[in-house]
Amino acid sequence: MSLAAAIPAALTRIAGAANVLTKQEDLIPYSFDGTAALRQMPGCVVLVTMREEVAAVLKVANETKTAVVTRGSGTGLSGGSLPTPDCIVLCLARMNRILELDRANLTLLAEPGATTQAIADAASAAGLFYPPDPGSMKISTIGGNVAENSGGLRGLKYGITRNYVMGLEVVLPDGEVLWTGNKCVKDVAGYSLKDLFIGSEGTLGVITKILLKLIPKPSARKTMVATFGQIVQAAQTVSDIIAAQIIPCTLEFLDRTTIRCVEDYAKVGLPLDCDALLLMETDGHPASVAEEADKMLQIAQKNGALEVRAAKDDAEATRLATARRSAFSALARVAPTTILEDATVPRSELAGMIRFVEEVAQKYRLRIGTFGHMGDGNLHPTFLTDERNQEEMHRVEAAFKEIFEEAIRLGGTITGEHGVGLAKKGFLPKFAGDAQMRVMRELRRVLDPSGILNPGKMF
Amino acid sequence: MSQSFLKGLDYSVVQQCMHCGLCLPTCPTYDATKLERNSPRGRIALMRSIADGQLDATRAFADEMYFCLGCLACMTACPAGVNYAELFENARAEAEASGVLRSPKRNLIRNLTLKWLFMDLNRLQLAGRLLRLYQQLGLEALVRRLGLLRLLPKRLQELEAMTPRILPEFSADLIAPLTPAVGHKRYRVVLLTGCVQDLIFSDINRDTVEVLSRNHCEVVTPQDQLCCGSLHAHNGEYELARQLARQQLDRIPPGQFDAIITNAGGCGSHLKHYHTLLGDDPIYRERAAIWDRKIKDIHEWLGEIGIEPVQSGSQNGQFDKVSDKVEDKVKDKVKDKVKEEVDEVVTYHESCHLTHGQKITRQPRDILRAIPNLKLVELPESAWCCGSAGIYNIVQPEMANQLLERKLKHIQSTGATTVATGNPGCLLQLINGAAAKGMNLKVVHPITLLAEAYRCSAP
Ligand SMILES: Cc1cc2nc3c(=O)[nH]c(=O)nc-3n(C[C@H](O)[C@H](O)[C@H](O)COP(=O)(O)OP(=O)(O)OC[C@H]3O[C@@H](n4cnc5c(N)ncnc54)[C@H](O)[C@@H]3O)c2cc1C
Ligand code: SF4
Ligand code: SF4
Repeated sequence: MSLAAAIPAALTRIAGAANVLTKQEDLIPYSFDGTAALRQMPGCVVLVTMREEVAAVLKVANETKTAVVTRGSGTGLSGGSLPTPDCIVLCLARMNRILELDRANLTLLAEPGATTQAIADAASAAGLFYPPDPGSMKISTIGGNVAENSGGLRGLKYGITRNYVMGLEVVLPDGEVLWTGNKCVKDVAGYSLKDLFIGSEGTLGVITKILLKLIPKPSARKTMVATFGQIVQAAQTVSDIIAAQIIPCTLEFLDRTTIRCVEDYAKVGLPLDCDALLLMETDGHPASVAEEADKMLQIAQKNGALEVRAAKDDAEATRLATARRSAFSALARVAPTTILEDATVPRSELAGMIRFVEEVAQKYRLRIGTFGHMGDGNLHPTFLTDERNQEEMHRVEAAFKEIFEEAIRLGGTITGEHGVGLAKKGFLPKFAGDAQMRVMRELRRVLDPSGILNPGKMF
Repeated sequence: MSQSFLKGLDYSVVQQCMHCGLCLPTCPTYDATKLERNSPRGRIALMRSIADGQLDATRAFADEMYFCLGCLACMTACPAGVNYAELFENARAEAEASGVLRSPKRNLIRNLTLKWLFMDLNRLQLAGRLLRLYQQLGLEALVRRLGLLRLLPKRLQELEAMTPRILPEFSADLIAPLTPAVGHKRYRVVLLTGCVQDLIFSDINRDTVEVLSRNHCEVVTPQDQLCCGSLHAHNGEYELARQLARQQLDRIPPGQFDAIITNAGGCGSHLKHYHTLLGDDPIYRERAAIWDRKIKDIHEWLGEIGIEPVQSGSQNGQFDKVSDKVEDKVKDKVKDKVKEEVDEVVTYHESCHLTHGQKITRQPRDILRAIPNLKLVELPESAWCCGSAGIYNIVQPEMANQLLERKLKHIQSTGATTVATGNPGCLLQLINGAAAKGMNLKVVHPITLLAEAYRCSAP
């Protein structure tokens, strides 16, 4: 059954005809997100610019029990903003103003469609710093970041999106508006509902305002690239750095395949004759930066680094980080379909996990490129495959299953930062256990009794 | 039964986009509307739907392909190596073949221009002569004064105002068929004089020959040249583009020259792909491959062979004499003052097809920096389309004007009195834009500035 004609008509009254899309040519571009091999046509798309419109759209949906899939920029990697059949896609990309930058309290208030980059730039222009920097930051929206609780390259030292959210405005499925959190550094009045909405993947409410914490800009930084003949040497370097009680801002890893793809695209002069590369960055007070950089260099050398090179200036450091951010997309140069994994383990288990992934790839005769946030224990082994090859896709699925199970066995998680969405849905019950699943289901029922928000996602 | 260009394409080209969205922030049309359909990712999804047989080449599809600027900023941004240029040309060819855009008026215009006028230089020159006559005889002024234009539809009135000034001489009147190298001859090159370029910027062709000759190149400038076919390829006339390419290869045998020089970014970007165009033509295939290797944008070629230094101009010479006599402190002041007087502040606008199509970004800046008494200031968003985009400003005036406004605002923000750019379309767009705004702005080709500088300094 297709979307009742009354729905687009009602949405048109709310947002105007120009902002309600129903033609096939308009909808096809919304039939996917950043996740490989998932496609589903929506019933219609509505683009809104105000909270009042969001509330009105949700009311219509709630009354007619029509599914709503909230969408930022559609870069999600677990199918979170993939439409459900005949749903309304509620697109917030145009609701993108930065409303306030409070220098006295070091906070920034933004609408959900503002890009992560726009927020980082606004903070930087005020001499402040918004650290979370997912690889997609140039286009991902802050709403999407909060809904997925995204990480980034600086997670190791600065934490993830959750650590910077001080308050949220959320529209509930019946159209009621809720504020949770404030500019206070401390606030223990009632449950921390704010934390419930962070990482809720569009299933509990639509976030319409976000109050973010900013911090002072570090006065110095140093970026280094270390190369190794073996992946385990890189992993050991990371473990040793952390064991030496150094918390650098970035410890990113690329394997041989990924290095080639990234260099092919970004041309930043990455060394090509190595099996593993670590991008290491420390920031803070100049004296401590120098000291930490020195120690990291020694640790890398002790672990048999082939070469350790320092970026000569800020511009080169930025180029290196930007190149690293392109890793996932760059891998698509060598295969039609790239399916990446997000399993995360405690850092002490990293070397073992890497070996396991390699074995699994061999066992199932699959090509992989691995990169990721090594310092966070969060690697992205990426299967280089072709979605049209059914037989190989089955092998990919089987390989995934083994990797997830191993991650859980090692005390890790099935997803470190990309969320459950559709991609990990089948694995959540086993990972979370009965009690957690029951509480999550009940919470969702209370907030969204008609089950209109992103139905079928997460669980 | 119409031919499907997109279905005929190698599927790996169609499938290459992994919809990461990293190209979205660089796309001018997406930036303006925030509609997925107006983004590279969305357009590629539509093309793929056609290739997959899930969508027909509808009117909406065709309109979308013509709303795309073809600026190729998305190709620079794409880490996955998506060949948007090829997709785009095939998509427009698909749109044309389907016939959904056909209308008596559009057919007439296309038959007259693409299929007749731009297929033969004599016809173009004849048209140029008529237009020149109209402008020279004062008819233009008369028509404008009498308000006769008001009789025309509004769009035509606007177009009349955009009509470029036809120069009194074509390239063949200004340039000898063979120009010897100044001093020692190191290379033998041929200059492509272009079609539009030849009518309205023949002086740039002359400047190019002068600069080449000054840099040890013997320059052959054939009198009876052709349009390169880029206009045809970008507007869905694939067969005509192939026809022109073959004729070009017949007239200018690539094997006889060290380099084939073009000074128009838009043409160069197309000229470098004759081999793709004629890859299935057993007679021309090989010659096309040699052609592709020899085609050089003028900036690129000068970057390769290195340019003769330019002595600083006469004013500076005078200043040296003055300064010898005055005391140090005064000298500095005088120096500043003289500097103010002699320095021309120039900014550089990147033609899309030079920077995104050919990845030539450094060389034009190097050339500008090599010119004494010229100060280069960077233009914010220098690689953002100015809205010219071939004939885009004629068919999509609204979007084109938005982009032009944005570009002019940035130019103004630099305080530059001169803007340099390496493509006739951009030159025209900026000249018209500056005139309409009453801006006192010199719009020139970088090579013209270099030629002027050489003229001031004896060889
Ligand atoms: C190249 C690339 C690199 C990436 N790198 C990283 C990385 O380093 N770290 C990382 O964590 N992720 C990364 N990602 C994943 C992705 O970019 C993030 O999950 C991002 O936060 C998604 O933002 P978005 O605006 O695209 O959201 P979308 O994909 O549109 O939506 C994501 C989810 O959030 C929900 N949602 C969106 N906006 C709202 C709102 N306002 N209210 C309620 N729910 C909402 C949607 O319903 C959906 O479930 C990467 C993706 C790509 C393509
Ligand atoms: S064109 Fe390239 S950058 Fe854009 S979505 Fe596709 S893969 Fe990503
Ligand atoms: S060519 Fe330009 S306008 Fe067209 S999709 Fe690419 S970036 Fe956008």
